[in-house]
Amino acid sequence: MSTTQKTAPPAAAPESARRVDGLHRFLAGEGFVLALIVVYVLAVSPFANGLLTERNAVNVLSNLWPLAIIVIGQSFVLILGGIDLSQTAVISVANTFGALFIAQTFAPALFSDTVFWGSVIGEEGGALSDAGLGGTVLAIVLTVAAGCLIGLLNGCAVAVLRMPPFMVTLGTMLLFGAVAIWMTRSENVTSLPPEYLAIGSTQGGGVASFLTLSMGVAVVVAIGAHYVLSRTTYGAWLYAAGTNRRTAVVSGVPHTRMVISAYVISAGLAALGSVLYSSRLGAGRPTLGDDMLLDVIGAAIIGGISLFGGKGSVLGAFLGALFFVILSNSLNLMNLPFHVVWVVKGLVIVAAALLDVGRNRLIGGRR
Amino acid sequence: MTSTPRLELRGISHAFFGMPVNCDISLRVEPGEVLGLVGENGAGKSTLMNIVGGVLTPDEGRMLIDGDPYAPKSTGEARARGIAHVHQELNLFSQLSVIDNVFLTAYPRRWGVFTDRRKARRDTADALAQLELPFSPSTIVEQLSPGHRQMLEIVKGTLGSPGLIILDEPTTSLTSRETHLLFALIERLTAQGTSFIYVSHILDDVKKLSDRIAVMRDSALIDVRAEADLPVRELITLMVGRPLDSLYPDRAGHTPADVQAAPALRLDDVSATGLVHRATLTVDRGEVVGIFGLMGAGRTELARVIAGLDAADSGRIEVAGTDVTRLSPRARIAAGLAFVTEDRRGEGLLMEFPVVANAALPSLARWSGGVLAPLRRRSLRARVQAVTEALRLKATDLTRSPVQALSGGNQQKVVLAKWLLTEPELLILDEPTRGVDVGAQYEVYRTALERADAGTGILVISSELPELLGIADRIVVMRLGRIVAEYPRAQFDARIILGAAFGERPDEVAAGEAASIQIQGGV
Repeated sequence: MSTTQKTAPPAAAPESARRVDGLHRFLAGEGFVLALIVVYVLAVSPFANGLLTERNAVNVLSNLWPLAIIVIGQSFVLILGGIDLSQTAVISVANTFGALFIAQTFAPALFSDTVFWGSVIGEEGGALSDAGLGGTVLAIVLTVAAGCLIGLLNGCAVAVLRMPPFMVTLGTMLLFGAVAIWMTRSENVTSLPPEYLAIGSTQGGGVASFLTLSMGVAVVVAIGAHYVLSRTTYGAWLYAAGTNRRTAVVSGVPHTRMVISAYVISAGLAALGSVLYSSRLGAGRPTLGDDMLLDVIGAAIIGGISLFGGKGSVLGAFLGALFFVILSNSLNLMNLPFHVVWVVKGLVIVAAALLDVGRNRLIGGRR
Repeated sequence: MTSTPRLELRGISHAFFGMPVNCDISLRVEPGEVLGLVGENGAGKSTLMNIVGGVLTPDEGRMLIDGDPYAPKSTGEARARGIAHVHQELNLFSQLSVIDNVFLTAYPRRWGVFTDRRKARRDTADALAQLELPFSPSTIVEQLSPGHRQMLEIVKGTLGSPGLIILDEPTTSLTSRETHLLFALIERLTAQGTSFIYVSHILDDVKKLSDRIAVMRDSALIDVRAEADLPVRELITLMVGRPLDSLYPDRAGHTPADVQAAPALRLDDVSATGLVHRATLTVDRGEVVGIFGLMGAGRTELARVIAGLDAADSGRIEVAGTDVTRLSPRARIAAGLAFVTEDRRGEGLLMEFPVVANAALPSLARWSGGVLAPLRRRSLRARVQAVTEALRLKATDLTRSPVQALSGGNQQKVVLAKWLLTEPELLILDEPTRGVDVGAQYEVYRTALERADAGTGILVISSELPELLGIADRIVVMRLGRIVAEYPRAQFDARIILGAAFGERPDEVAAGEAASIQIQGGV
């Protein structure tokens, strides 16, 4: 009997208890994030010039799609009770690696000393530069595959060697961040083909500038991830493994496979997100992921994906990403100095972590 | 004993979220008295003890200690007023030494500043010697057995000679020898005037120790009577609120099942280093086999090896005809294995998840075409509902409220439900009634025996011999990692089985009896 009595209202809770319960659910749920976004936009719109214009909305959305995909990937690992710091390195490596294959031309002065010169790349462009649409698709597949490979490495280290996720992914973050720089000697890979640039293009005008290919990719990823997490055995196993590993193993959840697959999904989606970014940028950039770690983790936590594992939803991840994109955008529009922007972002992360602790204390997790 | 009571409660009431859990409770504990406190899970015993121990503040009513008003705002204040509360869950720092755990909050001081480690060590050693505990004060708690940890909690409670000690299920992890030592200590302390409130589901112990017994049911105090006026049967009737014919469902014994079918479990010379040594055992379909043994005899370890949670080094394990020796826990579940572990919170349940999510976990594959195929959630929910109803699970909201809101007995029913949903060929129950009230105990056993009648092999591990005598068709005894004896129902004899667990050979039973009596006498 012990503590069970004091933990939660049992059967037929009276009205007051139900109201408290409702508040908990709201704080823990996606409605809270949505409310936060609306309140924030209303609060800062007088100070941020042009926040509510159509052009800015196009800009915000084009930043949202890749971040949302990456945060959704991170969610898989967070729900499992892990963390993937190496996503930023995956972004840097994968987008550069993919771009190498399809760049139309390389300046020998910049690239002739790089490791791929003469094999994958040459003066006439990358190995797939003449293959048209098929080449671009193949390059994207290679990009995502490169990401998945790094995820596989993380997953095996965590699941098989039982290493702490924080250390593993911190290590691979530094390691692959350096690999990205080494691949092109820190040069951006430009002159990408029009098929690739079309992914992030917002040139349609009117409604068409909102309906980008990026959006299509992000929406498909979000719907797919939502289905997997909330409607399948895989999803139920992931939440169970992230809540109580021992119970999950006793109940027949294949824990090792869950861990490996979660890290592969996290890195694979980070790579896919990096394609959207680099397409909009018009270049493969080996430092693309450098400042993104805070955005990704912060967005996930704001979106209600707990650092303690076992909690979170795709909708939450999506809204968390939206909040962070709007936050960055509004801070830019206010013309704040660089360091102030980082101070604000840092404070938001701390507030989000506090919110996470508070939420866990409020709902169920009175441990 | 008509003097001032050690502790007096007057009209104590308490509610959580508007749900009353203690209603107008008035109670006295005399100096030097042991008051037994019994009731089903959820009856309000722990809440009441938490109020006395300063964990909770009552909504109404007042308390007196030795006639003086007593309203503790914290456990520290309760402690200072002479109330020691030994909780059912262990509150030890596993990385610290025994001394540190005993004295953490109140190290003896020298010159008011420096901690006096020598005195702390001496006091700890004295306290350990009182209970004949065979470990040194500097042992790191992590290295102690569960029984020794529980004894250490009790040592912490008795330190500083408090006037009233509350013991909440103190014997769940103790061997019978340790239990006897504890009872001897209680006797010594009561002779010196210390009072006890003894909370337990083990009614024989409560009867043996208590001067008076208080029965709680549905948040209220039903009755307080002298121990002699309360036979066990009546005690149960008072607790449950209805007469229960017997503690265990009838077991007429099983008719040997179809010999053609492979047995539910076949162990052939299974060893796991340091845990299990050359175990050979068969559980037929429809048979209930009990494993008895002392704490640390290797019973749980054997179950974990069978379930694939620990690896076997040699030997062969077959579940319903499938060789599972090298298979994962998941594959063994698919072969028909189900394992109700002894650690309900840590290994049995996802405490923050609702009943349906918990019950469905091992059988999810049955409700979808594959890992990434959609789950048929409606039929899953209907099936969970049917199974939990058959178990008489008391929970209003199967899909939303977390299982941690349920009582221990109902939580155990959820664990049982989740394995029934897999329709197992072999059901392993490890201490299935620990911390579970009598009503739920009965349901657990009734359900297990029903499964046996339907052809499932049942393997029950229990530290309570009467329980195994009540339901098993056959009892095997383990000692030091080995299976040392085996008795069919016709040869059930508590003394012989106990003797085997203590290491006596059958021809030495007479001597064994003498030895076990000596042990029971606490040396």
